[in-house]
Amino acid sequence: MEIHIEYYLIVSTVMMVSGIYGFLTRKNILAMLISVELVLNATDINFAVFNRYLFPAHLEGHFFALFGIAIAAAETAVAIAIMINIYRNVRSIETKDIEEMKH
Amino acid sequence: MNITLSEVVFYIAAVIIMIFSVMTVTTKHMLRSATYLLFVLFSTAMFYFILDYTFLGAAQIIVYAGGIVVLYVFSILLTRSNKNLNLHVKPSKLAAAGITSLVGGAIILFCIYTHGFASTLVPATGDSELDMSTIGEALMGAGKYQYMLPFEAVSVLLLACMIGGIVIARKK
Repeated sequence: MEIHIEYYLIVSTVMMVSGIYGFLTRKNILAMLISVELVLNATDINFAVFNRYLFPAHLEGHFFALFGIAIAAAETAVAIAIMINIYRNVRSIETKDIEEMKH
Repeated sequence: MNITLSEVVFYIAAVIIMIFSVMTVTTKHMLRSATYLLFVLFSTAMFYFILDYTFLGAAQIIVYAGGIVVLYVFSILLTRSNKNLNLHVKPSKLAAAGITSLVGGAIILFCIYTHGFASTLVPATGDSELDMSTIGEALMGAGKYQYMLPFEAVSVLLLACMIGGIVIARKK
């Protein structure tokens, strides 16, 4: 019994698909951001796993996952700042209430 | 049939990830969603530890579990979005999203199984945990396969995002 590369990929596929489902169905922007977080995390797993299994002498996937984590943190911080500003102006962060710029 | 400890840990983490990532997007309560996301991120860090990328796992725990989830919980409480998540989602839209996700996942799994990877097992280089000095030299060097430029770019990005966050969320 060994851990094959496909096992990791199945787990990350389930994670990414549930992230996509949440992004399509959620009405609250914070919940949509949490779904995006799941998708980003699944790609980070894939980078690390491909690096470990297919190119163990190199470190590209490892560092790409590391920079991906940093960029996800930056994106989350700015997005939450925007959402708090929206909440201050509109008193809601539901997608149905935010349509000023839609038309 | 002998099962090593890392396989046991892997299967536990895999089950936790698959269950809780689905529950993250289906639960009705926002705070529970953030908590399940925390479980998923911890299990991802367990994956990195099993892969011998201990620095990556530590960064995952520090940045995601320590920083991002706390930020989520604070903003959930600040914006009073703790309940009524799936308000007014039409069943047809739920079904369409579910079918889209399932078909997409099926295509991805089909590609994974028919690809035939060059090596499906961990290459036998021994239990080689990635050395911390190797990571440091690769991050700080400017040569080939070294990452000085992205490191600096990320530092500038983080500074810009910090300033942007302050400016956007500032009280007028």
